[in-house]
Amino acid sequence: MAFLDFVPNLGRRVLLTIPNLGAAARFLLRSLVAVINRHFSIQQLLKQVYGFGVRSLLLMMVAAFFTGMVLGFQGYYALVRFGATSALGTLVALSLLRELGPVLTALLFAGRAGSALTAEISSMKATEQLNAMEMMAVNPFAWVVAPRLWAGIIVVPILCAIFDLVGILGGYLISVPVLGVDGGTFWAQMQSNVTFSGDILTGLFKALCFGLVVTWIAAWQGYAAQPTAEGVGNATTRSVVTASLAVLGLDFILTAFLFT
Amino acid sequence: MEKRAIDWWVGIFVLLGIAALMVLALRVGNLSGFAYNDGYVLHANFTNVGSLKVRSPVRLGGVTIGEVTHIGMDPKTFMAKVTMRIEPKVKLPTDTGASIYTEGLLGEQYVAVQPGGMPQELKPGGTITMTQSAVNIDQLIGQMVFDKASGSK
Amino acid sequence: MAAEALVELENVHFSRGPHLVLAGVDMRIPQGAIVSLMGASGGGKTTMLNLMAGTLAPQSGRIRVAGQDLQALDFEDLYRLRRRMGMLFQHSALFTDFSAFENVAFPLRRHFRLSEGILRKLVLMKLEAVGLRGAAGLMPAELSGGMARRVALARAVVMDPMLIFYDEPFTGLDPISVGIIATLIRRLNDALGATSILVSHDVQETFSIADYGYILAGGKIIAEGSPEVLRASDSELARQFLGGQPDGPVPFHYPARDNYATALMSSAAAGEVI
Repeated sequence: MAFLDFVPNLGRRVLLTIPNLGAAARFLLRSLVAVINRHFSIQQLLKQVYGFGVRSLLLMMVAAFFTGMVLGFQGYYALVRFGATSALGTLVALSLLRELGPVLTALLFAGRAGSALTAEISSMKATEQLNAMEMMAVNPFAWVVAPRLWAGIIVVPILCAIFDLVGILGGYLISVPVLGVDGGTFWAQMQSNVTFSGDILTGLFKALCFGLVVTWIAAWQGYAAQPTAEGVGNATTRSVVTASLAVLGLDFILTAFLFT
Repeated sequence: MEKRAIDWWVGIFVLLGIAALMVLALRVGNLSGFAYNDGYVLHANFTNVGSLKVRSPVRLGGVTIGEVTHIGMDPKTFMAKVTMRIEPKVKLPTDTGASIYTEGLLGEQYVAVQPGGMPQELKPGGTITMTQSAVNIDQLIGQMVFDKASGSK
Repeated sequence: MAAEALVELENVHFSRGPHLVLAGVDMRIPQGAIVSLMGASGGGKTTMLNLMAGTLAPQSGRIRVAGQDLQALDFEDLYRLRRRMGMLFQHSALFTDFSAFENVAFPLRRHFRLSEGILRKLVLMKLEAVGLRGAAGLMPAELSGGMARRVALARAVVMDPMLIFYDEPFTGLDPISVGIIATLIRRLNDALGATSILVSHDVQETFSIADYGYILAGGKIIAEGSPEVLRASDSELARQFLGGQPDGPVPFHYPARDNYATALMSSAAAGEVI
């Protein structure tokens, strides 16, 4: 029976999702446009860039370092069987620049900054702070949502660039001093196979899309949350889960479009 | 948090991002082609360049001394014309030879130069005449199979 | 009621989904008065404040504030009108990442370009009026409930509004704080020459400061008048509300499908343990 319920449940969920999606899209548009509103403040934007970016920097760097080292190890053991360890630099760099950098940055960002953003906006709603703003004739989209959304769009590509670089460094430190791959070959191979526009910039473009999507989902979940303590908790969980899935799904689509 | 402090941190953060992008571009990506910018140009004609690409290394005794900057076709001779940039401090004699080799079995291809013994040096823009084309593995295997077959007859 | 009406409601209907909240409300709030809206919880009092502030729109009927029809105003004009309104929220709604000073300064900073000196004077003046100049540097988390309410009050009046809304200003406060807030509401209203609309179910405190009162029930106004008139009201509902009797026209029991005795019998017969 439980399985038979699945079909109508799925139908209901889809039917509920479509108007929600419409509302979320309108929310995104209103917030993005609010950047020209009188109440949009650069100071608020900087504050959010600080909160999202500077405060996630250490996390990103540690994660990137380990990711790069693991890539170095695994790549080495895969390539050494074919005597192709000279391609290790290429492998590490391309994996990071095209996929792992943007995706891992976005996932970590969703967990670190996205969840905090949802909790912040939903508790602002629960404690009537958004209403209070509205009553003071300050547009909450311009003052609260827009700076956070734009901060996400700005911060994630920057974090991604740093992630890529630190990851490659981690890969280098494992490959060359530890596993004994020739350092010159490592860099030379990497340089001859990585293109600036095709690999580095497209990777960063991916990160930009992810930044937009993650902050959008996080802000929307916060804005649409039930204004209760339980609602805040639920929204935070949903924000991370939805944002992570959205990143992975979008990554597939972007990869199909950008790298073919 | 003090406003000024936030401004500073954000500034540092953005600079860090730009610096990371610069390093990626120059050290990891293709934009480091400036490395041999001050090098001089040599040409070499091959009947077959295989999978040689722009930016493939040029080596002498295993040491990278330059890179391939352009691969074209000479419409008169139907030869592939490879243009290279060589480090200025490496002066090659006129009877230098050039071959296309593969690094390992599956590695990338590169141009290997073998200097001759002539006292005159190749001038910038000069052409290496003694060349050996890329080994075509398919052809090689085919030839081997054919030789075996005809030998057993 | 001779004074000019600042807020006028004409036959306002409002429903939230299938639930009818207001079913034809008429109201006329005179300039300079403190008017209280009373009624049971969930009776649409806060909704009425939101309607008057234009954050919600009625399904039908007309709402006029300072002679302007709220439904006819566009976004910009509505915001301009709201600059002349202040609201004290039930949970104070202070911005948690700003100090008390910055909270009060917030509307000024957003709407005017003032020099830091003038801004400081204005903000401290309002904080002094609520007795919290000394707490200007504290964060909302460091304030007690009563103090937070007073800071929020200072923020609500910092733009010298013509109309101030109070949403349950006494809820969750100790008796001393309740007394302080009540006194402040009266004093600020008279000092600013403003009009105040007070939503509350604290009958005693409300009647001690209000000039006029409305009692809402079932989406309609069932009684109105000055506190004395309301106290003497012959409406049973009004008397139950003002007297705080547990049973009356608003029943103690939520309606059940069957009789309690039969329910007991049938569950006993089925061998259930209650």
